[in-house]
Amino acid sequence: MAKETAKAQPQSYPSSGWRKFWADYSESPLAVVALLVFGAILFIAIFAPFVSPTNPYDLATVDIMNSRLAPGSEDFAGNVYLLGTDGAGRDMLSSIFYGLRVSLGVGAFSGLIALIVGAILGLSAAYFGGRYETFVMRVVDIQLSFPSILMALVILAIFGKGVEKTIIALILVQWAYYARAARASALVEKNKEYVEAAKCLALGDRRIILNHITPNCMAPLIVVGTLQTAHAISLEATLSFLGLGLPITEPSLGLLIGNGFEFMYTGDYWISIFPGIALLITIVSINLVGDQLRDMFNPRLQR
Amino acid sequence: MAPILDVRNLQTHFFTKGGVLKAVDGVSFEIGAGEIVGLVGESGSGKSITGFSILGLVDAPGRIVGGEILFKGKDLKTLPVAEMQKMRGSSIAMIFQDPMMTLNPVLRIETQMIEAIQTHDSSVSKDEARQRSRDALGLVGISSPEERMRAYPHQFSGGMRQRVSIAIAMLNRPDLIIADEPTTALDVTIQGQVIHEMQKLCKKTKTALLWITHDLAVVAGISSRICVMYAGRIVEQGPNEALIGSPMHPYTNGLLGSVPSQNRRGEPLQQIEGIVPSLLDLPPGCAFENRCSHAVDACSQSAPDEMVMADQRILRCFNRVGQDQT
Amino acid sequence: MKPLLKVSNVSRDFIKSLDLVAKFLNRLGQDHREEIVHAVDDVSFEVFNGEVVGIVGESGCGKSTLGKMVAGILPPTAGQVHFDSANKSEGATPDDLKTQMIFQDPFSSLNPRKKVIDILTEAPVHHGLIKASEKREFALDMLNRVGLDSSALGRYPHQFSGGQRQRIGIARALAVSPELLVCDESIAALDVSIQAQVLNLFVKLKQDYDLTYLFISHDIGVIEHISDRVIVMYLGRIVETAPIEAFVKQPNHPYTKALLEGVPRLEIGHRNYEPVSGEIPSPLDPPTGCHFHPRCKHSSERCKAVRPALVEITPDHFSACHLNDSE
Repeated sequence: MAKETAKAQPQSYPSSGWRKFWADYSESPLAVVALLVFGAILFIAIFAPFVSPTNPYDLATVDIMNSRLAPGSEDFAGNVYLLGTDGAGRDMLSSIFYGLRVSLGVGAFSGLIALIVGAILGLSAAYFGGRYETFVMRVVDIQLSFPSILMALVILAIFGKGVEKTIIALILVQWAYYARAARASALVEKNKEYVEAAKCLALGDRRIILNHITPNCMAPLIVVGTLQTAHAISLEATLSFLGLGLPITEPSLGLLIGNGFEFMYTGDYWISIFPGIALLITIVSINLVGDQLRDMFNPRLQR
Repeated sequence: MAPILDVRNLQTHFFTKGGVLKAVDGVSFEIGAGEIVGLVGESGSGKSITGFSILGLVDAPGRIVGGEILFKGKDLKTLPVAEMQKMRGSSIAMIFQDPMMTLNPVLRIETQMIEAIQTHDSSVSKDEARQRSRDALGLVGISSPEERMRAYPHQFSGGMRQRVSIAIAMLNRPDLIIADEPTTALDVTIQGQVIHEMQKLCKKTKTALLWITHDLAVVAGISSRICVMYAGRIVEQGPNEALIGSPMHPYTNGLLGSVPSQNRRGEPLQQIEGIVPSLLDLPPGCAFENRCSHAVDACSQSAPDEMVMADQRILRCFNRVGQDQT
Repeated sequence: MKPLLKVSNVSRDFIKSLDLVAKFLNRLGQDHREEIVHAVDDVSFEVFNGEVVGIVGESGCGKSTLGKMVAGILPPTAGQVHFDSANKSEGATPDDLKTQMIFQDPFSSLNPRKKVIDILTEAPVHHGLIKASEKREFALDMLNRVGLDSSALGRYPHQFSGGQRQRIGIARALAVSPELLVCDESIAALDVSIQAQVLNLFVKLKQDYDLTYLFISHDIGVIEHISDRVIVMYLGRIVETAPIEAFVKQPNHPYTKALLEGVPRLEIGHRNYEPVSGEIPSPLDPPTGCHFHPRCKHSSERCKAVRPALVEITPDHFSACHLNDSE
C-alpha cells in the first residue's frame, strides 16, 4: 500500500505554532500597538524601582517643599518633574510607575487564582453533570446577577480592608465568569469524539479531564482572563478610590486618583488626572489584546 | 437550439493570506433548456464555487477573474448588481445542501414564499401569491399545503424542508435551477422521494437543472450529461451512459472503480492512491498526475487542454484510458 | 461455537425528565409526561469471531446508539452486552480494551492538542502494555500498519487530511490489540476515492490481525461490499437479519426491499425513481405495532396493533414482519 506523508503545506503562510499565532494576531495593527503598549506597561510595572526617576515612598527623598508643582516644572535642586508632584511632594511619574505595579500585581494575581478556582469548578460541573452541576451553576448565576462592585463592597465590609482582603474580594467576585466560560467550553469538548475515544480506551475520568478536556478549553479561558484582568484592575481602582481597598502604604492607581481628587477643586488637575490616564491606557490596551485574542479563537471568523 | 446556460472558460480565484487559490480554473460547459446536467467532483474540486459563480454569490476574498457566463445570451458577469438580483430567484434559482440556508427560521413558510413571489413581481396580490405557493407545495408532494404553509421551518423534518426549498426555487418558474448537493444530507428513502420529485418537475416545467454532487450514482440516475471536475477543472464530460460505460479520463475511471458494487464483493476496491494536491500549490502539469496510473512524461510538463472527442465528449488528458500506452 | 459478542434484549432510552415547574403543574392537575425516546428497543443478536456484521438503517434507527453500547461508551437501560474474548491467555489486553470504536468525524475524533505519537501511545502506556521507552518504535509500527510513515509522528491532527486522520484513529484503536472493532460511519465523512482507500484498509487489517467488525453505515453499497451478515434497523428495532447473499437476493422485510430499491446505483443508469411514501416518523412518537406500517404497501390491521417478532424464515435469516406469519 502506498505510504502517505502529511499533506504539503504552502510555505508562504505558517500553519501552526507561534509563527501562525503571530501571523494571525498581527492582522490587526491596532492590536499589535496595544500589545506593545501593554508590554511597555508591564515592563515598567516589573522594573519600577529601576526605571522610575525617584522612589516616591522613600521619605528621605521626598520634600514637602516640592508639593503641588505643575507638570514640567523644576524644583530648587534642579530636578524636573515631568508630570508634576502631588500634595506631599512626591513625583507623579514615579508614583504612577509604582502604582502600576500594585494595580497590575493585584489584578493579575487575583485573576489567576480566580481562573484556577473557576476553571476547576466549571470543568468538573460540565464533566460530572447532574445535581452537582446544577448546584454550581445556580451559585454562578446568582453571583453574576449582582453588580461586582456591590459584591466587593459587601465582602470588604464584612472582612475589613487590607491587601489580602482586597485580593480575596476580587477573587470571589471574578471566579464566576471563569466558571461559566470553562463549563461552556467543557460541555462542547465533552461531546466530541476524541473524548468518547478516551473513554473507549479506558483512560479514567481524571486523566480525561486533565489531559484531554482541559487543554482544549484553555483558549476561551485565556480570552476571559485578559478581559477579566482589566476588569479586576478597574474594580480594584474603584474600591481604592472609595477608600475601601488597598492601604495607603501600597497605593494603586485607584488610590492615587482618589487621593488627588480633592486637589481638582483647586485646579491642580495633574494629581488625579494623570494616574487616571495611566489607568485608562492600561485597561484599554489589555482589552484590545483580549479582543484580538477572542476574534482569533472564534471559529466563525476564521476564513 | 441555443443552450440556456453557456459557461465559457470560467475562472474564480480566491486571494487569501496564503496565496492565490484557483478554485475554478477554466471550466466550460452548456446546459440546454429542460436538460439535467450533473457536475460531479469531490471536496476541493471547485464544483460548488462554480455554482456560486454562476449566480454571482462569490464573496471576498474570492472573485471571478475570467471567462463568460452566458445565460440566454447575456453575460451574467457583466450585469449590474441590481439586474443580477432580479434574476436570482426568478430566472435562475438555487437549492442548497442545507435547507436552512434557504429558510429563515423565524418566519413562517407562507411568509417566505409570498415574499419570494412579491419581490420579483410586485403586481401580484397577497392572495394570488398564497395560491401560487399552495400549488408549488402541492407540486413537491407536501400534503395539506394550506395548513402546512402556516408552520415554521423547525416543525418540518429534513426531507420536508428540502422539498420546501425546491418549491421556493420553482415559485417564479425559473429557466434554470442550480442544485448544490440537494440530497446528500437526506436519508436513502427520502432521497429517493426528492430525486423523484425533481425529475417529475423538470420534465413537466421544462426547467434546466445543474445537479452538483459528489455522488456519481445519483446523477447517473437522472442526468443526461455528466461533467467530472478535479482541482478546479472539468477533466471529462459527456453523455451519461457513454461516460459511465467507457470513461476516458483516469480520474473518472478511478472514481467509478471506487464505488462499492455488489458485482465485485470481496475484491479490494480500485483505489486512487494519494490525495488531492493543495489548490494553493498546484503543479505546473496536470493536477492529477501524482495520483495517475496512466501518467506519461507530458503530464508533468503542462496541463492538458480540452479536446473534443467523438459523441459530444470532451476530455482533458494526454493519455486516456483505453488508448495505446507508450 | 460461542459468539464473540452477545447482545441480549438491549434497550436504551433517553428520558427528558420533568423539571420543577412541570412537576408542580402536574400536582395542580395538568398532565405533563416525560419525553422518552426509545433509541434502541429490545435488540438481540450475536457476532462470531472473524465476521463482519453490517448494521444499516436511516436516521433515528438507533444504530449509532447501539454501537456505543457495544463499545462500552454508553450503558444500556435494559438488557446485556456480553463480550466473550477469543483470546484469554496471560498478557493479552484487559477485557475492557478488547472492543474499540472507530468514529465518524475525522475532525473531532483526534485530540487537536496532542501529537500523533502521543495519541497512539497514550492508552498502551497508561495500561502498561508498553514501556515509555518503547513509545517511538511502537507508534511507528502502528503507523506502518495503516499506511502512514514516520513523518506523521511529531505532527498535530490538523496537519492531516480527513482520510489520514481516519487512519490515525484506526491506528489508535489497533494500538491496544482489540478483537472487535465497532466502525460507526467511519468512512461517511470522506470523499469517495478516499473511502475506497480506507475500506480496503479495513479489509486488509481484518485479515492481518484476525479482527471482527461491527460495521455501522447508512450506505448500502458499502455494507454490501464488506459484510458477511447484515442487520437492518428501523426506529430502534431490528427488522431483518440475513447473510449477505440472502440480503441482496432475497430481502424479506418491506423496509429492506424499499431501501435496496431506493438506493441510486451506477449499474442501473438512467431510471425513474419510485420511492416509498411517507416520512421517517419521529422517535419521540413512533407508530404503534410495527413501526413501518404507515409507509408499508402491505400493512394490515394486525400490523397497526401488534409488534411483529423477529422470526427465522430460512436458516440464519430473520425478519420481523406479519406477512411471514401465514407461512
